[in-house]
Amino acid sequence: MRETIHQLEVLRYDPETDTAPHFQTYAVTCQEDWVVLDAINYVKENLDRTLSYRWSCHMAVCGSCGMVVNGEPVLSCHAFVRDYPEKIRVEPLANFPIERDLVVAIDDFVEKLTSVKPYIISAEERPVESGENLQSPEQLAVFKQYADCINCLLCYSACPQYALNDSFIGPAALALAHRYNLDSRDEGRSARADVVASNPGIWECSFVGACSEVCPKDVDPAAAIQQTKIASTVDYFMRFLMPWRKQ
Amino acid sequence: MIRGPYVRPVGRYSWWLSQPRYIRYMLREVSAAFIGAYILMLIVGLLRLSQGPAAYESYLTAVLSSAGVAFGLITFVFAVYHSLTWFRVTPKAMPLRMRGKAVPPAIIVGAHWLGWAVASLLILLWVAV
Amino acid sequence: METLTSDVAIVGAGGAGLRAAIALAESNPGLRIALISKVYPMRSHTVAAEGGAAGVIKDNDSFDNHFNDTVAGGDWLCDQDAVEFFIHEAPKELTRIEHWGCPWSRQADGHVAVRPFGGMKVERTWYAADKTGFHLLHTLFQTTLKYPSIKRYDEYFSTDIVAVDDACQGVVALEMRTGQLRFFRAKAVIIATGGAGRIFPFTTNGAIKTGDGMAMAYRIGVPLKDMEFVQYHPTGLPGTGILITEGSRGEGGILVNKDGYRYLQDYDLGPPDPWPRKKAMELGPRDRLSQAFWHEQQKGRTIKTDYGDVVHLDLRHLGEAKINERLPMVRELSKSYVGIDPVDAPIPVRPVVHYTMGGIDTDINGATRVGGLFAAGECACVSINGANRLGSNSLTELLVFGARAGRAAAEYAAAGGGAAVSEALVTEQAEAAENRVLALFRRTNGIEDIAALRRELTATMEAGAGIYRSEGSLQEACAKMAEIRQRYASIELRDKSNVFNTDLTEALELKSMIDVASALAVSAYHRTESRGSHQRLDYTDRDDEKFLKHSLATYAAQGEPRIDYCDVVITRSKPGDRVYGGKQE
Repeated sequence: MRETIHQLEVLRYDPETDTAPHFQTYAVTCQEDWVVLDAINYVKENLDRTLSYRWSCHMAVCGSCGMVVNGEPVLSCHAFVRDYPEKIRVEPLANFPIERDLVVAIDDFVEKLTSVKPYIISAEERPVESGENLQSPEQLAVFKQYADCINCLLCYSACPQYALNDSFIGPAALALAHRYNLDSRDEGRSARADVVASNPGIWECSFVGACSEVCPKDVDPAAAIQQTKIASTVDYFMRFLMPWRKQ
Repeated sequence: MIRGPYVRPVGRYSWWLSQPRYIRYMLREVSAAFIGAYILMLIVGLLRLSQGPAAYESYLTAVLSSAGVAFGLITFVFAVYHSLTWFRVTPKAMPLRMRGKAVPPAIIVGAHWLGWAVASLLILLWVAV
Repeated sequence: METLTSDVAIVGAGGAGLRAAIALAESNPGLRIALISKVYPMRSHTVAAEGGAAGVIKDNDSFDNHFNDTVAGGDWLCDQDAVEFFIHEAPKELTRIEHWGCPWSRQADGHVAVRPFGGMKVERTWYAADKTGFHLLHTLFQTTLKYPSIKRYDEYFSTDIVAVDDACQGVVALEMRTGQLRFFRAKAVIIATGGAGRIFPFTTNGAIKTGDGMAMAYRIGVPLKDMEFVQYHPTGLPGTGILITEGSRGEGGILVNKDGYRYLQDYDLGPPDPWPRKKAMELGPRDRLSQAFWHEQQKGRTIKTDYGDVVHLDLRHLGEAKINERLPMVRELSKSYVGIDPVDAPIPVRPVVHYTMGGIDTDINGATRVGGLFAAGECACVSINGANRLGSNSLTELLVFGARAGRAAAEYAAAGGGAAVSEALVTEQAEAAENRVLALFRRTNGIEDIAALRRELTATMEAGAGIYRSEGSLQEACAKMAEIRQRYASIELRDKSNVFNTDLTEALELKSMIDVASALAVSAYHRTESRGSHQRLDYTDRDDEKFLKHSLATYAAQGEPRIDYCDVVITRSKPGDRVYGGKQE
C-alpha cells in the first residue's frame, strides 16, 4: 500500500486557555485509501491526545464527523486523503459555535428540528391490531429522499442565510418537515405551518442552493424548501378562493 | 476559567466572496437588477412615445447609440443568465411525477428551454409580420 | 456534584433506549424520564444496521417458523419462553413503528415488503431499502420529540450505576461539554448502551460501541451472560470493516472463492441448486458462513489483499436497477471504500466482528437481579439470540425488549421504586464514583498510553477469541487481559482540560472494554464445547450434557471473574441438529 506524508492543519480551540481558535499542523503519514478521519484518528492515537472531535460509524451514516475540509463541508469519514494532494486544512463546521477543537455546539439545530414537529401527526391513533397502513411504492417515493437526512449539518455549515440570521430554521429541519408533509400517512401539515411557513422558516431561504450541493445523502433540502414555498403559497390563495375548504 | 463556545464572525457584506458558489448565487440575484433596468428602459420608451414622434425619435437615437447598444447587450447576457439559472432549478421547485415515476430533471429543464424558444420565435414572427 | 432527579433514567439513546423512553412516556405521562447518552441519539449505532427487522406478517409464514429459525439458529441456547414472547410481539412492534412513520419498503399493493435473510425458512425481514437501522433510529428519535416528559441529556457519559442494598439508585454521568459530573438520581435505570464490538480490531461497530453499560452493570455485581458468543458477520469490507448487509445475499448475491467457486457447498450448506433456496448456501446462518471462510483460508482458496484474505460477493447478475432499488447503500459504500462498483465487479469481503450475543443477565422483562435496574438491546442477554443470533432479529429485539423494559421500569417507578435505603450510603456511593473519575483525571506519572493499551487489547481478543478458539489461545488471552488490567492502573491522561475531553472519555471506555473483554475471554475458556459462534478447535462437538447452559461471569475486583452456569429455558423445542441446505428436505 502506497503511503504519502500530508500536512494536516487543524483548527484548535480550547475554551479554557485560548481566546480565539488557531491552526496547528501535524505531519501525518497516510495510506492511499485513507479518509481524512483516519488521518485525524492517527493524530489522536499517536501525536496529540488533546485533539477533540466527534466520530463513530466510519461509514457515512451516523452523521457525527461533519467538518470543513479545505473550505468545503464534508463528512470526514467520506473525504478521501487522495483527493487533497496539497495540504489538508480541517476546521469545525461553520455557522455553529465552536465548543472545543472540531466539536461544535448543535443545540440550535436540535431545537429547530423539534419545532417543526418531525413525526407523524394524525387525527386518530390507529391500534396496532388494525395492521399496517397501506402505502404504495409510488407514495413512498414521493417523500423517501427527504427521509434520508442523517442530520450531519453540512447543509447548515454551507448555508449563508443561516450564517447571517441564526433564527432561520434551516435546510435539514425544513427538509424533514417536508418529508412528513408529503407522507401519505400524515395529517400534520397545518400543525407544522406556523413554524415552517413563516419568516424564519421557508421564507428566509433565498435559494442559494449550497445545502443541496454539499448534502452527502442527496436529500436536496433546497428542493424541499422551494416545494414548501409553492405549497404554502397555494394554501394562502386557496384560503381566499375557497374559504370553505378544510385547512 | 472556561470562556465558552467561540462564535466565528461572519462578514455582513463580504460573506459572498468566500466561496465560488456564493458568487454565482449573487450573480444570479444581481441579474434581476439588469432585467429590471431593461424593463425601465422599455417603460421610458412608452412614455416617450406618448409624448409625440420627436420625443420617441430621440429615445430611439439614445437606444441605438453605442452606449445604448452596450447596455442592451449586457442586459441581454444577464437576462439569459437569469433565465438559465432559474430554468436549471425548476425541477427542484416543481418536481413532476408521471405514473408514479419522477420525470427526469433534464426533461423539465428542456421543456422550459423549448417553451422559451417557441415564445421567442412567435414574437419575432409577429414583429416581422 | 449536582443531583438531577427523575423517575426513570435511561442510559443509551439508540433503538432500545428510545423505544423504552416512548414506552415509559406512553404508559405513564406523569413519569419524569431522563434519557442520557454519550452521543446525540441519531449518532447511536442502530443507525448502521442495514438489512432489516424480522417479524411474521405474511400468510406463507408462521410464528412456529420464526420460533424454530431463531432457536435452531441460536444452537438451542435461546430461552424459549423469551423467544415465544419475542416472535409474537415482533409484528406488533414493527407495525407500531410503521404507524410512527418508518418508511418500510413496500409491495406494489401497498403492504410492507419482506426479504429473505440467512437461516430463515420463509422470508420475513421487513426492510427500508438497505438503511433499515437508520430509518428505524430516526423514526424513533423523531417520535420521542413528541413527548415533553422525555428530557434528553445528550453527550453525558455515564460512568457508574449507583446501587445500595441491591437496589438501583441512579447513575453518575459526566457532562462532556463542561467536564462536570452529575448524579442522576432515579427510582429505576434502564441500560441500553449496545454491544462491545470495539474490543476487536476488525469490526462493523462504530467507535462508540465499547460496552460501557455492560461494564457498569457488571461492576455492581450483575453477571454478564453468554459473553463467549460473538457473531462474525460473513461480509465486511476489508480494511474498514464496513458492513455489507446480508440483504445483498437475500436479494440473490453469491459468495465465491479465488477460483470463482461457490465454496459454501463444501460446508453442509449445498447443493448450490436450486438457487436461491432458503436456509442454504449464501442464506445459511452467519456463524456457519464465517466458519466456512476460515476453512477456505486454511485451504489457501481465499484471495490475498493488503487487508487480509477475502472472498468475493458477486451481485452482478442482479443488474443495476435492482441494486439501485434494494441495495443503494451497499453500492455506494463499495464504490467509495473499496473502489468497486458491484454492478461491474464482485465486492471483496471477509468475516468481521458484528454482534455480542451475550450481555447483561436479564429476565424476560429486562429486569436484572439488582432491583430497579433493567437492560435492553444488544447490551442485554434475555436471551433470544443464544449461541448465534439470527440475522434481522436484533432490530426487532430493540423494539420488543426496549418497550418491555420501559413498561416494567414504569411499573417499578410508579410503585415507588424499591425499599428505602440509607441516603448517606447513596451519597457515599455517588461520591465514590465521582472520585474515581477525578482520580483518573488528576493522576500523574502514568507510564501507560491509552491508545497503545487499547491496541493490545483488541489484538489480544482477535488472536485469542476469534472465529476459532482453543485452550491455548484463550489461556493466553486471559493472561494478557489480566496484564492489561494491571497496566490500566498506570495510565495517565495527556489532556487535563474540562471541555469535551475525549482523552478522558476514551480512558473510561478503555476501562469498560477491559472489563467486558476479560469476561468474554474467561467465559470462552471455560466453555469446553463448540456451539454456534463459539467454536473450539480442541472441543469440536456440542456438549448438551454439560453446556446446554448459559454462562454467567461475575465481576471480581481482583483477579478473574467467577463463572457459573444456569439452565436454558426449553419449552417446546428439544436440542437437535442444525440442518441447512439440501438436507432439510
